[in-house]
Amino acid sequence: MENDKRKAIVLLSGGLDSLLAARLMLDQGIHVEGINFFTGFCVEGHTHAVRRDRKDRVVRNNALHSAEQLGIRLHIVDVMDDYKDVVLNPRHGYGAHLNPCLDCKAFMIGQARSWIEQHGFDFIVTGEVLGQRPMSQRRDTFPVVARESGALDRLLRPLSAWLLPPTLPEREGWVDRERLLGLSGRNRKPQIALARAYGFEYAQPSGGCCFLTDENYAHKLKDLWASRGERRYDFDDIMLLKIGRHLRPHPSFKLIIGREEGENRFLEGYRHRFTHLWALEHKGPLALLQGDVDEAGLDLACAITARFGQGRCEARVRVAVSEPGGTVGERDVAPLPAHALATDWYL
Amino acid sequence: MDLDARYLLCPMPVIRVSAAIAHVAAGDTLTVRCTDPGALHDIPAWCRLEGHEVVETRTEPSGDIMIVIRAGGRK
Repeated sequence: MENDKRKAIVLLSGGLDSLLAARLMLDQGIHVEGINFFTGFCVEGHTHAVRRDRKDRVVRNNALHSAEQLGIRLHIVDVMDDYKDVVLNPRHGYGAHLNPCLDCKAFMIGQARSWIEQHGFDFIVTGEVLGQRPMSQRRDTFPVVARESGALDRLLRPLSAWLLPPTLPEREGWVDRERLLGLSGRNRKPQIALARAYGFEYAQPSGGCCFLTDENYAHKLKDLWASRGERRYDFDDIMLLKIGRHLRPHPSFKLIIGREEGENRFLEGYRHRFTHLWALEHKGPLALLQGDVDEAGLDLACAITARFGQGRCEARVRVAVSEPGGTVGERDVAPLPAHALATDWYL
Repeated sequence: MDLDARYLLCPMPVIRVSAAIAHVAAGDTLTVRCTDPGALHDIPAWCRLEGHEVVETRTEPSGDIMIVIRAGGRK
């Protein structure tokens, strides 16, 4: 019988809506698998878990947790390279920060369309709710996403289906439209009630799932582009923007300073790429230096590194300076006094 | 087979494991070395969904996390 079932891929974000959308399909006997796209900007508990002082944070991948609760396979697909064009050249522009939500949704559903064509699946399901998001989940933008993704009427939004034209799975009787829902707006009480009825655990709906919606992150990304004189990024760039304090004390260079042991350890992975600094005789952070420094700039970088270590009250601190090639030197500096740490250095 | 997934954050270790285990015969093992503490949750979760078995997890003195996976039959 399994082979006779219609097959749907669900864009499983790890949030409540896609979890419920998948469950509605399972309830109708559809063969369901999940797909989750890694853009490089995804917010997960792990980003916080790097910090060992934040053990209270949930460190699981929420999409995997959703899939486990549903008992379905989950395909996590790395789309980071193809996603760059979405971030850099969004046809429909950005939201409040650098979030290209409408282009992003069309891109992801377009990726899902390619996936179902390659894997012999019948349709695509999302947890989108009409009116829930200001850019991508409006009555006028739902058709844009369906059209630009190429999914057309193979795209089913079960949570708002009653408010939308019937799609191919509904018209063909693969799913019973009467057993779908007519949710709309930002009120999530119906979803929370459903989750309770199903006994689901889910990530709390807050803060969004993408760093591009985060004002501080967007500011750091814009600073990166400005410092390079061009809008481009690679994997390591966008990972490092999630970690540590970022200070730009001079237009030509910036420092990424670990805030605690876990971040220092993460930054250690980048020692082969960047000049890095640490205090030799005091506990303190590892600092990565990005950009070009002259002698005065290197002294300043060392003084800042010393400022964030336990030698901050000492008259002098010895700071190691290691080049990416492995050459290690050291400098004897006075830790930068607190009043000299300009607030506009912080990114 | 060994896989170095150090300094990768979620979900990259899972993506790398997914790609690597496709080349591991059923019954053979893949040993993953990673640093993201979340991998201790995610890689076993992914293995449960895919029918692979985690036979050992340990933390090395260096802090690296080692996860040994026995490949199941599904690719």
